[in-house]
Amino acid sequence: MDTSDHVMEVTDLRRVYEGGFEAVRGVTFHVDRGEIFALLGTNGAGKTSTVELLEGLAPPSGGRVRVLGHDPYTERAAVRPRTGVMLQEGGLPSELTVGETARMWAGCVSGARPVREALALVGLERRTDVRVKQLSGGERRRLDLALALLGRPEVLFLDEPTTGLDAEGRQETWELVRALRDGGTTVLLTTHYLEEAEALADRVAILHEGRIAAAGTPDEVTAAQPSRISLELPAGLALGDLPPLAELGVTGHETDGRVVRLRTRTLQRTATELLLWARRAGVELRGLDVRSASLEEAFLGIARDVSAPRAQEPKEEKQREEYAA
Amino acid sequence: MNAVTTTSAGRMAALARAELTLLGRSRSALVGAVFVPLVLPFSVRSAAERMNLEDIGLTVGLVVLPASIGFALLFAVYATLIGVFVGQREQLVLKRLRTGEPRDAEILAGAALPAVVLGLAQCLLLAGACGAVLDVPAPRAVHLVAAGLVAGLVLCVLLAAVTAGFTRTTESAQVTSLPLLLVSMVGSGLLVPPELLPNRLAAVCELLPLTPVITLVRGGWTGDLSTVDALRAVAVALAWLGLGVFAVRRWFRWEPRR
Repeated sequence: MDTSDHVMEVTDLRRVYEGGFEAVRGVTFHVDRGEIFALLGTNGAGKTSTVELLEGLAPPSGGRVRVLGHDPYTERAAVRPRTGVMLQEGGLPSELTVGETARMWAGCVSGARPVREALALVGLERRTDVRVKQLSGGERRRLDLALALLGRPEVLFLDEPTTGLDAEGRQETWELVRALRDGGTTVLLTTHYLEEAEALADRVAILHEGRIAAAGTPDEVTAAQPSRISLELPAGLALGDLPPLAELGVTGHETDGRVVRLRTRTLQRTATELLLWARRAGVELRGLDVRSASLEEAFLGIARDVSAPRAQEPKEEKQREEYAA
Repeated sequence: MNAVTTTSAGRMAALARAELTLLGRSRSALVGAVFVPLVLPFSVRSAAERMNLEDIGLTVGLVVLPASIGFALLFAVYATLIGVFVGQREQLVLKRLRTGEPRDAEILAGAALPAVVLGLAQCLLLAGACGAVLDVPAPRAVHLVAAGLVAGLVLCVLLAAVTAGFTRTTESAQVTSLPLLLVSMVGSGLLVPPELLPNRLAAVCELLPLTPVITLVRGGWTGDLSTVDALRAVAVALAWLGLGVFAVRRWFRWEPRR
């Protein structure tokens, strides 16, 4: 078996729920050692369903999962001591204190760090005697992260780790995850904050309706997308009064009342030509917004493109939303 | 690799310790688990004093004692654990634990341990009290008493897990626990000795889950349970234990229903 540096590997993964709903429809990817890999997708895209299979919470309905060279469901004893998991929500008894929760978890983890050290990693060392139910949402997320880190895992699963955190808490979590990666930890992250994936991930895969719609480094995924310029047409001018769009390097456009949106793959050239034209014509371009492609644009573009032909399947859409709830 | 590897016993101890803390902080669980089993035997005592027990060779003490043990099993173990399992499931604690090293059976056993120990302690305390207050002599066949207690404790854990599978909230546990509580109290010899039931009904009641437990405990105390009857009780208990394991695997839910 060639697992070389692939710490995680899924091949043609499928997951069908009891009611017959197929949440994961043939997903293939791998994660290398020391890499932060982000699974992106709208609610109900199949992120959590996929991650749960890697965590070994359920067997796949089809395909193959390998974590550290083992099947995480059938060979759990070989895998669990080397993984740390942070679920999307909950899992902490509300009546226990922070310290009691961590102690309970530490008793179930091989080679656990001292509880104080784990809590200090996430800045909760002064909240040891506080009951979980009295923590803020962000503090609960951080406690959850501390539990996932107790066993110094080689592989870390983070399912939406910064939901409910304020901007500062999010930055701190990002720093921590980067430091872990630099120490050799492999991280599988799901998030619906695209800036989080952009800031953290070495590689991303965008899931849509149970399939991978795009994958690669954030730059590669972004590069496939056009940049955008939007502006308000000056009073008295029509779209035709602009220079010919093809000459500007524009690959597509939309209008929305007086607002014009242009797509281009040569952003600098298009923007320069447009501004020079405005100076020559002596007009002011109100609401001018020049934006290079981002992961967010890519994400929205993929969600739009892929879902368009599927819009005629209302039943499936509805089921998907139920799972998203 | 890590130097310190957890063991099954170590993991269960960590889970049990946390569960004990939780139990101590839940007033309603404490009342049900500690208070109820210690009070109910008094009502059985006053009822037993009005029964015609001499005809069937029993004394008030030999009715109250097995009944007390039955109450401890039903309230301290069975009813308490439904709430424990459902509460942990709804808070996603069970799901969280399943992502770690503990195996499924360890998670359930760890959570059940405090209630089991509590139930066992009550059984011993009540037996001692019956001996002191109601002049019940020491058991003649201790092995039968022990077999009955072990079977009863394990069975109550299993049945609580099965019932939890059909229980959505900790509040509704008060309703879903009723069928077994009532059937056992009436049919398994807690409120009325089976000898005082009509024959045909008694034959059916012999097959109830808690009946072999009570039969073994009482027979162990009196010493006049025949080998055949003892074996029959053990067989029924084993059948229920097997059924319980099967039902837990089939119907226990580790995550809330969405």
